[in-house]
Amino acid sequence: MFFTYLRRELAGRRRQTAIIAVGMALAIALVMIVDAVSTGVRDAQAAVLESVYGVGTDLTISQAAGPPEEGEGGGPGVRFEFGTDDGETTDDGTTLSNSRLTVDRGTSTFDASVLDTVQGVDGVAAASATLSLTNVTFDGDLPEPPTDQAAGDQAAAGDGTMPAPGEGGGGGFGGGAFDVTSVTVTGVDPAADAIGPLSAVELADGRGLDSGHTGEYVAVLDAEYATTEGVAVGDTIDLGGTGFEVVGTVASTSADAATASNAYIPLDVAQSLSGMDGLVSDISVQAASASDIPAVKADLEEALPDQTVSTQEDLAASVSGSLGSASSLISSLGLWLSIAVLAAAFLIAILFTIQGVTRRTREFGTLKAIGWSNRRIVGQVAGESLVQGLIGGAAGLALGFIGIAVINAISPSLATTSAPMAAGPGGEGGFGGGGPFAATQQSTEVVLSAPVTLSVVAMAVGLAVLGGLLAGAIGGWRASRLRPAEALRSVA
Amino acid sequence: MYTLENVSKTYRQKERTIHALKDVSLSIPTGQLVAIQGPTGGGKSTLLQMLGALDRPTTGRISLGEADLSGMPDAKLGRMRATEIGFVFQGFNLIPTLTAQENVETALEPLGVPAEERRRRATAALESVGLADRAHHVPSELSGGQQQRVAIARALVKEPDVLLADEPTGNLDEQTRDEIMDLLEGLHRDRGLTLVIVTHDSAVARRAERRLHLAHGTVTERA
Repeated sequence: MFFTYLRRELAGRRRQTAIIAVGMALAIALVMIVDAVSTGVRDAQAAVLESVYGVGTDLTISQAAGPPEEGEGGGPGVRFEFGTDDGETTDDGTTLSNSRLTVDRGTSTFDASVLDTVQGVDGVAAASATLSLTNVTFDGDLPEPPTDQAAGDQAAAGDGTMPAPGEGGGGGFGGGAFDVTSVTVTGVDPAADAIGPLSAVELADGRGLDSGHTGEYVAVLDAEYATTEGVAVGDTIDLGGTGFEVVGTVASTSADAATASNAYIPLDVAQSLSGMDGLVSDISVQAASASDIPAVKADLEEALPDQTVSTQEDLAASVSGSLGSASSLISSLGLWLSIAVLAAAFLIAILFTIQGVTRRTREFGTLKAIGWSNRRIVGQVAGESLVQGLIGGAAGLALGFIGIAVINAISPSLATTSAPMAAGPGGEGGFGGGGPFAATQQSTEVVLSAPVTLSVVAMAVGLAVLGGLLAGAIGGWRASRLRPAEALRSVA
Repeated sequence: MYTLENVSKTYRQKERTIHALKDVSLSIPTGQLVAIQGPTGGGKSTLLQMLGALDRPTTGRISLGEADLSGMPDAKLGRMRATEIGFVFQGFNLIPTLTAQENVETALEPLGVPAEERRRRATAALESVGLADRAHHVPSELSGGQQQRVAIARALVKEPDVLLADEPTGNLDEQTRDEIMDLLEGLHRDRGLTLVIVTHDSAVARRAERRLHLAHGTVTERA
């Protein structure tokens, strides 16, 4: 009788069933889409962070950059010095080339002995130090100095000073041209491939760094960078005025992001060439277990009062660009929109159920008059609402899948910028800045996907059941309060 | 047998107190056909609700056989209605989405009758009111007289001791009215039902064994 009555009621009151189901369907679909996109954004953030910090890195240690020294802010970060005999001089002028390997601006270094301290902390399974550098190359032609007469004309035409770095072309004595290029370089421990930036890469060509490369002038390049520059395994590249043999190229294991750096060289060589002997900029730490992370973080913070210890969660905040905007949008607007629509759908279901109970006053009064118990009537109303909710849930599930499929078909691209390793969360951009030598950031394009997980499906079904039960409980409660005599009298 | 002793019923309606029944005392023997007449608002329906265990008196005592309806909890009143008392309403009060057969079956639902037996008894009840061929029609596909026959079948399918009818012919034309009254009289006679009918229609009232007049909450016997 229960199912017969239920089926007849739902079929006989199609409009009410349809309105409740549509409301629930829209709400559930929206919640599904927001949840899936939110998961996609989190995955994209994780991919970006993974490419920078490596797979399995639970914590990173860096040192916040201090305030700029007097006169540092705004000035150039790299100074090139040329002697009178530098360059190759011809009748037309002098060709100059110089490159320097320096620590990124905004990046602070600290003593490499911190690594020993980290490895001595309980709960630390592995740790590896890196040094983030930038190789800046000045490459250009300076024209022949003018004659006396020409000098007078030149003085009238311009001030004759050198242009600021980065203002390529048009500098010098009216007609000189030069380029300034920068390449990100990371000094890594060649023996440590389980943690750190190289743990999130796969070999594209050649071979990777290993313990035998300590002290060697060898480099592994990002495959994308190598292709852009036309460099292949076996070629030599110039870093800090020194030739490095390219032994391999690597690509990110994530399809969504590039690797952390353009080039990877042995840590000791990086320290020596940049004049940072015994210094590092980051330490990647892997905890023995995920549950240990908070305790390990606390211990590290206690042991290293001068350094900043960040978890992956902290680092997620350092991902900016449109991916960061998407994350904010999802977590703020998406969340509240979902809650609002869900609340509206629940409210519609409740109001329609109450309206239905009111309209069926005589029906329920009659059933009570012929002996139906309150429990039986409440069960009937709740059952009808539950089924309406489930119909809405099924429709919402289908609608949600379609919405997610559309998003995945469009595959929107989001630009993202993550803070340099040493800057740590909130340390983007460094101090001073200006010119091309400001702190380098890891910029990449990520394709946003909205994965469908079991939890999304479970959530949709759960919401449908919850909405149905909520409406049914309130409608049933109202029906149970009807006294048969009053119910019959009110419609007499 | 119904026994009413000094039964009063008052309602609060906003600032006013309405005395629907005033100190009513009467008895209705088992198997009697009683008609209750009186002006609108005189207390007829209220008295029927007391007899039908749908409501309790404000003061006084009302019993059906050995059961004291005035002091019975809601659940037991519901059980009494499910087993002992059948109702027929002026507006038929059928469930609009259920077929005639299913409407009749609703009366057996609270008794926990198995589905198969429920169907069999409902079919027999519809046959007894001459509607076997309309079993699978919903109320909107039936005439007023047919709907009232379904309502009577629903009231009788549980084989109650008492049948209470509130203006059972109020919405019917004369010919149908007579058919329904013939049916009710026959059931009363054949099954020994106690039948209490509230009516404005003197033609209906004249067919009763006993006529009561209820005005201003007070009952008087009519010849």
